[in-house]
Amino acid sequence: MELWFTEQHTENVRFSIKVDKHLFSGQSEYQRIDVFESKEFGTVLTLDGLMMVAEKDEFIYHDMIVHVPMATNLGIKKVLVIGAGDGGTVRELTRYKTIEAIDMVEIDRMVVEVCREYLPQTACSLDDPRVKIYYEDGLKFIRAKENYYDLIIVDSTDPFGPGEGLFTREFYGSCYKALKQDGILVNQHENPYYETYAVSMRQAHRRIKEFFPICRVYQAHIPTYPSGHWLFGFASKKYDPLDFDEKAWKSLGLKTRYYNTDIHKGSFALPTYVRELLAGE
Amino acid sequence: MDIDKQEKAPIYEALQRYKSMRVVPFDVPGHKQGRGNPELREFLGEKCLAVDVNAMKPLDNLGHPVSVIKEAEELAAEAFSARHAFFMVNGTTSAVQAMIMSVCQLGDKIIMPRNVHKSAINALIISGAIPVYVNPGINKELGIPLGMSIKEVKNAIACHPEAKAIFVNNPTYYGVCSDLKTITDLAHKNNMYVLVDEAHGTHFYFGENLPLSAMAAGADMAAVSMHKTGGSLTQSSFLLVGKRINPGHVRQIINLTQTTSGSYLLLTSLDISRRNLALNGKKIFAKVTALAEYARTEINKIGGYYAFSKELINKDDIFDFDPTKLSVHTLEIGLAGIEVYDILRDDYNIQIEFGDIGNILAIISVGDRELALERLVSSLAEIKRLYLKDKTGMLDYEYINPQVVITPQKAFYARKKSVPIKKSAGCISGEFVMAYPPGIPILAPGERITPEIIDYIIYAKAKGSFLTGTEDMAVENIRIVEE
Repeated sequence: MELWFTEQHTENVRFSIKVDKHLFSGQSEYQRIDVFESKEFGTVLTLDGLMMVAEKDEFIYHDMIVHVPMATNLGIKKVLVIGAGDGGTVRELTRYKTIEAIDMVEIDRMVVEVCREYLPQTACSLDDPRVKIYYEDGLKFIRAKENYYDLIIVDSTDPFGPGEGLFTREFYGSCYKALKQDGILVNQHENPYYETYAVSMRQAHRRIKEFFPICRVYQAHIPTYPSGHWLFGFASKKYDPLDFDEKAWKSLGLKTRYYNTDIHKGSFALPTYVRELLAGE
Repeated sequence: MDIDKQEKAPIYEALQRYKSMRVVPFDVPGHKQGRGNPELREFLGEKCLAVDVNAMKPLDNLGHPVSVIKEAEELAAEAFSARHAFFMVNGTTSAVQAMIMSVCQLGDKIIMPRNVHKSAINALIISGAIPVYVNPGINKELGIPLGMSIKEVKNAIACHPEAKAIFVNNPTYYGVCSDLKTITDLAHKNNMYVLVDEAHGTHFYFGENLPLSAMAAGADMAAVSMHKTGGSLTQSSFLLVGKRINPGHVRQIINLTQTTSGSYLLLTSLDISRRNLALNGKKIFAKVTALAEYARTEINKIGGYYAFSKELINKDDIFDFDPTKLSVHTLEIGLAGIEVYDILRDDYNIQIEFGDIGNILAIISVGDRELALERLVSSLAEIKRLYLKDKTGMLDYEYINPQVVITPQKAFYARKKSVPIKKSAGCISGEFVMAYPPGIPILAPGERITPEIIDYIIYAKAKGSFLTGTEDMAVENIRIVEE
C-alpha cells in the first residue's frame, strides 16, 4: 500500500510526500488540521492541506525568521509572535536570555494542542515562563498595543484563509503603531516564483514600505515550501539588518544549523527577477 | 408559522424536476441552457444557466400564478404573517411603486417623510399623487434624519384628512424605527392606508428582540428587500399585503410594469432564502446582532468614532433601533463619512454600504464572518491614526425643509431648461439630485431650489459623494421648470 500527501502548489504543479502514517486529522473552528509521519521529512503538520511544518526542515525557517532580527538588535526585550502555533519560532527566541517577554498570538488553539502532542521538537519551549499565549485574532490583538514591542514576528499561514488579515494594510499599520521607535517587523513573505504567491509577496512588500523607512527582503531555501525558495520581509524604524554586530552575536555561542552571520549577510542578496518584482512596487 | 410546511421550496423543487426531465427547449431564452453562450456558461456555471428558463406550465407564471409560484407565495405569506406575499423581480423599487399606485391615483395625497428613497417619489411621478411631507426629526449631533414622530403624523392627518395613505420608511438606512403600531392605528382610524418601505427590515420577521415588523404592526402593505439582508439574489424582493388590501388589485398594479419574463434565478433565490430564514432565521439574526454589537464595542473603543445603537431610543422619532445596522459617526475625527468610505475602499479594499456627510454604514448580514469584521475595525483604527484632524469646517447635516411648489409629476413633465446649479437659487427643480447610496433625494422634482441646498450639493460633491439624478452626468447643471 502506498500513501501520499499531495499539496497543489499551483494548478499545474503538485508536491507529494510519501506518508507512513496519518497520525491526526481534525477540523477546528478555522481550518482542517492533519499530522502525518513520513520517512523523508519526519512528522509533518498541514493546515487545510497546505504544508506548515516538517520535522526535518523546520530549522531553516525558524532560524531565519528569528536569528536575523535578533542578530540585528541584541537589545530586543519584548517580542510579539503572531501565528506560529507549532512553537518553532518561540523555541528559537527563548534561546536568547536577554529577551524578557514573548507574547504569542495564535488564533487556533487546536493547532497548538496538536503540536504539543505530535511535534514536541517545535512545541518544546511553549511553557517557558517568559511565554504567554493568547488565542485570538492577531489583527485584533495588535489593535490595542502602542509603542510596546521591540520585535514583531509574523509567522502566518498564507493569505488565503484565517491568515488573510495578516497581509493587510491595516495590519502592517497596526504593527508600526505597536512597535517602539527602534522596533523591527519580520514576516514570512511567501515565494516569488509562483504567480499567486508572488502577487501576495509584492502586495505585502508594497504595504510594509508605506509605513517603515527601512524595508528589506531576505531568502532561504526550504525544501517543503512551494518552489523551495522562500522570502522573509524585514522592516524597521531604525535598524538596517546589514549593519549588525557579528561578533556580538557569535559571542552568544548559539548553535544553529542554517543561520550563520555569513548567511545573514548573503540572504539579503536577491536574484535579479526577485529584485525586479520588488522594485516594481 | 407551520415549520414543517416551511421546509418546502416549491419553485426550487419544480426547477429540480424540470432539470431532471431533460426537456428539449424550443422556447426562449435563446442561450438554450447555456449552450448558445459558452463564455457566459463558463463564467456563471452550467447549473445556473440550466435553470435560467422562461415561464412554462410546470414552472407556473409570475404574472398569473396558479401552481408552484402560487404555492411559494402562500408559504412566503405565512412566513411573513401577511395576507399575501408577491414575488418581485424588478427590485424593491417596483414593490414600493406598486404599494403607492395600489392606493393612490392622480391628485390623491400621501403623507410621507421627506427622507424616503427615490423610488417612492418616482411612484408619485408615475401616479400623479401629491406628497405631504412630514419633517423627520434630525439628530443634531449625528446629522441623521430620524423616524416619524407621532405628533408630526397627527398634525399631517389633521391638515390633510383627505390623504389616502401614510408612507413610512422603517427602519431607515441607519436603523431608526418609527412607532409603526401607533401610526397604523392613527391611520386606520382616519381611513388611511399604511405603506411601509421595509427595504432594510427583512430580518424583523425572523429574528428575535428586533423592532416590530410592518405586518405585525397591522400595516397594509410592506416592501421587503429580501436581497438586502435576507440572502436572495440582487433585485429580488417581496411585496407583502395585509388584511385590508385586495391582493387581486395589487397584482394588476404590479403587472402594469413588471416584466413578463420573470427570472427564475431570482424567483428561486427568494424561495430558498425564505425557507432558510423561516427555518434558521432566529439563529442567523442572533449571530448578526452579536457581530454588529461586537463591532460597535470595538469601534467605540478606538475613540473618536461613535457607533450608535439603542441608546438613541427616545420613544418618539427614534422609537426603536435596529441593532443589526452598523452605523458609525465619523465627524469627530475630522473626516466626512464619505471620505472614510472612500479611504476604506481605495486603501483597505473594504467596501461598505455608504458614507454620507457625517456617517458610514456597514451592512452586517447572514453572510458575515468575524475575521472580516476585525479587518473593518482595524482599518477604522488605522484611518484615525493616520488621518485624525480637527473637525472645524466640517458641515453638519441640517434637515432642509422642502418647499414643494408643484407636484413631482407636473414638474417632471413640465417644459424645462438647463441652468448651472450654482445659479439655480429660487428656481423650481425639474429633476432629482441625490447622493447614491443612500438614494434619498436632496432635491426632488417640483421643489424650490434654495441657496442652502446649493451649498449642500457643492459640499457633498467636493467631499466625494456620488451624486446622481440630473440629466447632466457631471451634475454641474440642473433642469429647472420654466415658469
